[in-house]
Order: sequence, then C-alpha cells, then structure tokens
Amino acid sequence: MLRTFKIGGIHPPENKLSAGKNIRPLAIPKQVVIPLAQHIGAPAQAAVKKGDIVKTGTLIGKAGGFVSANIHSSVSGKVNKIDNTIDSSGYKRPAIYIDVEGDEWEESIDRSDKLIKECALSPKEIIDKITEAGIVGMGGATFPTQVKLMPPPGNKAELLIINAAECEPYLTSDHSLMMEKGEEIMVGVSILMKAIEVGRAIIGIEINKPDAIAYLSSLAKGFGGINVMPLKSRYPQGGEKQLIDAVIRRQVKSGTLPISVGAVVQNVGTAFAVYEAVQKNKPLIERVVTVTGKSVSDPSNLLVRIGTPISDLIDAAGGIPEDTGKIIGGGPMMGKALASTDVSVTKGSSGILILTAKEATRKPMYDCIRCAKCVNVCPMGLNPTLLMDATDFQDWDLAEKNNIADCIECGSCSYTCPANRVLLDYIRLGKGKVMGIIRARKS
Amino acid sequence: MILIAIISLGGIGIAGAGLLYAASKKFEVYEDPRIAQVQEVLPAANCGGCGYPGCSAFADACVKADALDNLLCPVGGSDVMSKVATILGREAISSDPMIAVVRCGGTCEARPRINQYDGAKNCAIASSLYGGETGCSYGCLGYGDCVATCPFDAIHINQETMLPEVIDEKCTACGACVKACPKTIIELRKRGPKSRRIYVSCVNKDKGGIARKACANACIGCSTCQKECPFEAITLENNLAYIDHTKCRLCRKCVPVCPTNAILEPNFPPRKEKVAEESKENKEETTK
Repeated sequence: MLRTFKIGGIHPPENKLSAGKNIRPLAIPKQVVIPLAQHIGAPAQAAVKKGDIVKTGTLIGKAGGFVSANIHSSVSGKVNKIDNTIDSSGYKRPAIYIDVEGDEWEESIDRSDKLIKECALSPKEIIDKITEAGIVGMGGATFPTQVKLMPPPGNKAELLIINAAECEPYLTSDHSLMMEKGEEIMVGVSILMKAIEVGRAIIGIEINKPDAIAYLSSLAKGFGGINVMPLKSRYPQGGEKQLIDAVIRRQVKSGTLPISVGAVVQNVGTAFAVYEAVQKNKPLIERVVTVTGKSVSDPSNLLVRIGTPISDLIDAAGGIPEDTGKIIGGGPMMGKALASTDVSVTKGSSGILILTAKEATRKPMYDCIRCAKCVNVCPMGLNPTLLMDATDFQDWDLAEKNNIADCIECGSCSYTCPANRVLLDYIRLGKGKVMGIIRARKS
Repeated sequence: MILIAIISLGGIGIAGAGLLYAASKKFEVYEDPRIAQVQEVLPAANCGGCGYPGCSAFADACVKADALDNLLCPVGGSDVMSKVATILGREAISSDPMIAVVRCGGTCEARPRINQYDGAKNCAIASSLYGGETGCSYGCLGYGDCVATCPFDAIHINQETMLPEVIDEKCTACGACVKACPKTIIELRKRGPKSRRIYVSCVNKDKGGIARKACANACIGCSTCQKECPFEAITLENNLAYIDHTKCRLCRKCVPVCPTNAILEPNFPPRKEKVAEESKENKEETTK
C-alpha cells in the first residue's frame, strides 16, 4: 500500500502532456526584464544603474532583508533602465531591463557538464553560497532557501525531505529535471543534508512517474542516507505539511513550522539549483518551465533564462492556439491566469498552461447545497464553506477561530464544489485579512 | 366556587406585581437621561460613520466625553451636533458638511479593456488577484463594493461608464464606501455651497505617458493646474495632482487648463465665454 497524506485531497486528471520530453534550451531573447521581487519577503535592492555593462551571473539585485534573495543577471549586455513592469497580476513592480549583447559569463562560473561529487565546505559555507546565489523554493512558493536551512534556535532538523511529488496536473518540469539531471540532484541533496547536518534524506515521488522513481532509486545506492519513496498520486501532496504527513507520518500543528517535527522540506528543483550554486558557482539565472495545454501543438519542457517574456516560451511551443481562453502561470490548481503575455519568467515560474476557451469558461455559481464535499477534500481539515461565508460577512473572529490562516490555497474545495462556488477566492481574501489582524495584534 | 378562583388568581397577580416592583427598584440600573435625549436628535441611521457601532453607542460616547472635539455625526452634521451640544450644555464644534467623491474617470471609452476577469464579482477579491481589466491598476474595478455597503442607497454604478456615481442629496458622508473601496478611490471632501466641489478625478500614480496610454482621462502629473492655482491648494506627488479641499476656494481656474480633463467640477453653472470674470464672481460668492 503506497503512502499518501491522511485527510482530504483530490485526484484531478493528470494530463502530463509534456512528460518524457527532453529539456530544450530556449534561445536568449533580445531583452530581458528581471523583476526585483521574485520571492516571498522583502524585494531586492537594485545594485546596478542605467548604462552598466553586466555579464551573465552578475549580481544586479541585493537581498533587501533577512527574508529576501539576491538577483543576478541572466544574460550579458547593458542595463537599459530600471523601471516598473507588470507582474502576472497586472500590478506594477520594479524591474531591471537588460539589452542582450552576446552571452559572456562571469569567470567564476564553471560552465562544464562535469559532475563534481565532492563538497568539502562547512555547513555555514554552504549556506553562504546558497544565499549568495539567490536560491528560492523552486516549486512555486519562492521562499528564500537559506532561511529554511537555518532553523530557529531550539529546533534541530532530523531529516531532509525532498519534494518531487509534482502533484499539479500538466506540469512536468521537475519530472524532466529528475530524468536528465538525476546525478546532479543527488549531489545537491547530499549538500543540503550537510548544510542542515542530518544523515537522512527521503525523496518523495508520486507513482505516476515510475521512470523517475526507478532512475533515482538506482542512483541513490551510490549516496549514503538518501532514500526514494514512491507515493500514491494525490493532490496536494506537494504541500509541505501534506508531504511530511505522507513521508514520515508526522503532523505539523497549526501555526508551527515543519522544523517542529524535525523535518526540512526542499523542492527537487531547489536541490538542483543548490548543486549548481555550490559546486559550479552558478547563481539562479535559469530554470525549467513546462509550456503545455491540450491545444498546444508542441508541449515542451524549456530551459529558460529568468526575465524572458512568456510570449517567447509560447512561440517555442508552437504559438498561441486559436481557441485559447486563458493563459495560466503555474499549474491548473495553484496557478493564476496571466494578465498579459509580456510578463517575465521568474524564479518561481514552473509552467505556462494554455487553456482552451471551453476549458476556461466558468460555470454559473449556485447556492451552497451543504453537501460537505469541500470539507471532505480539504487537506488541512478546514470547513471551506464556513470560511467563505465568514469572509463574505466579514466576521473575522469566526474565520480566525476556524483556522482560516492554515489554508494552503490548494483549491481542492473550489475544484470539487458541485455548485461551482468560488470558495478559494473568498478564503484567500479572508486569510489575508485575518493574518493582518493577527500580525497587528502581535506587534 | 367562582369567588375562590378570582381571589386566588387575583392574589397571585398582586403578589407577582409587588415582587416585580420590588425587583425593579432593587436592581435598577441608572442611565443618564441625557443619553436618551441625545439619541432622540441623532438621525437613527446606525450607519457607523461616526466610528461607533450605532447611534445609541454614539449618544453614550457623547454624554461620557468631556468635550465634543472628536465626536461628529457625519450624517447630521453641524445642525445635529449643535443640538447635541445644547442638550449636554457644551460647546458645539462647527464642521463643514462633507460628501463622498469618486476619484476615477476611467469610463469604458477612456480606459480600454486589455484583459478579462471572470472571477468572483467583488472588488476586494478582484483587487487582491488582479490590477484590473485595463492598463490602469489604480482605477475603479466596477464590481460595486461601495454600492453594496452604502446604507443610504446613495451610490450607484452608471451602466454606461461602469463607474460609481454619488447621488448628492442622499450622500451623508458616513464613509462606508471609503472603507469598502480596496483601491481607495473614494474620498470624503468638503461639500461646498450647492454641493459644488472641484477635485482631481484620478488616482493613477504612474508616469504621465503610461497613465495616459492606459486611460484618456488620467492625471499625467503635468503640474499645469498646480501653477494655475492662486491658493496653493494643489500638490503634486507621485505623478498625481491632489487638490486640498480645505484650501480650495472653488475658483475653477485649474479645471480648463487640465490637458486630460481630469479635474471635475460638478454642480457648477455652465461656463461663460469669459472664464476670468466667471471665476471672480464665483470667488465672491464663496467668500461671502
């Protein structure tokens, strides 16, 4: 019997159209637009000015605080301007525009394909290198990695869990990375183990990727302490608390961090980025992005420089199909419809999903029929219909009492609702309000 | 037989009445009679515009407060507050009547749609997800959170422009719409004589070119109005002009100079040919 998390969850059609496709490097665009806020936390501060010449890998944005991340140029060329650009929601955010000239890399970066297994650095040196490289959680949450590697005083990590579940339908970027960069990922995992000083790591992979399970299991024999655990396919298994429940059967209590049960969770893409940062001195300047959709002529996994416009990626996958209704940044469950195709690829872009007009049409919303399907599927054990009503009536006390702040915004409730209620939209709004109230009370 | 029933039931009745009377005397809670009096003169709208949960809580606060400095019933305005002051024997604080103004001129024509939002039709949710369907991420979303919250039915969405419009006579300046608007477009301003008011109908902080591209009626921060204003009532910050309603004397000089017609002047008589004279007259009228 395969393991999975205990409560709730759904299993939407997987639609992994681009599975098994090789990672294809995308041509460097003429201009990149690199936003200064690509992560959770304080935005980075621009470290270059208009007219500066930068190389690929040059630091262009310094971390703006403890929870923040450095940003590096993904191309070589000249800084055109530092100005606002629109983010995926259409809001203006500061960004650095760079006109591309050639592709000259910083000398310190090792660009060879040679696998370097040994790492003689101390935990502190490893974390410093990760901080320097501006690595953030590559699964989409974009939480700065170094912060997660430094547990608060009094907590000790027991093991490392690598999130390779990729439970989002359609997305295959992690899958393709595991198949092509398996050895590098294993080295990355062992470096992460060293950084948090644990002897054990478990890579959780859903059973819908049998080739990745087989390949990484065979590689794991050469690395002490790393195990691969196949998991039952169930959404949202990639959620941190769900994955911990599935892998080590421990429940993270409401309002506490995973470290309280001794676990540190990192995405498999992050492990690869850590390998490149520590062994090759390469900052986070490119990532694998899945471009997919049922009417897309060539669903692909593309290796893309950060700051490339989304429209370039869509062109590489065969252009925008005629019947397009919506273009989504991320997967169909957690992703968000994009306001424009001019937005840039950021560190957290795991996929571009193009939905047909038929798929994208929202069905009319009806009144709640009290079927409690949303309650059954909520992986956090919440009551989504109650939380939606509490938000609608602005009863923040009721919302807080019913743990609205625990919501992981997975969207299982909205997905399953037979009355097509927009549960998550309301809950997300209420969660923001309640967390603001809690923060105000603490300070 | 019937007599026994009358005597016994009557006796129980009298005994019960006596008990209730004694209890009401013993457990009586003294309430300042002025609270009821103050409540009597309040508008009884229970809108919460004063910052208290309702008129009775506001009356309570008025009676308990040492001075009426920070207490104002926006619905009743100066009239009601002077009545309250008479009841309480304190000094009345005079205040100018206010009105809500919608500072967005992004009509369907002026502000072309560049994408389509089909999520929950609620401004608070829409603004947490998206900048809006147009190139202007500051402007009105048009889903009517202000309409839903208004306790006086004083604000409506105009179906042609898709922008909210305030009905001057109904608006009491309770501020409910100001709180409800996630884009902070609605502002309370001095009502002015005959509900005349002059304001910049835009909150776009983008640079001129970007703002103009997104909306034909946007303030582009050109500072022409600032130079024109004889009373230094106009300030320019973040590419956006703002008219301070406490300094504005309603001279109307800024209105015609605005290149994008972003400054509005509702309820003024139509302009005559000689703009200068007109504004002089107006000034006299307002300073009287």
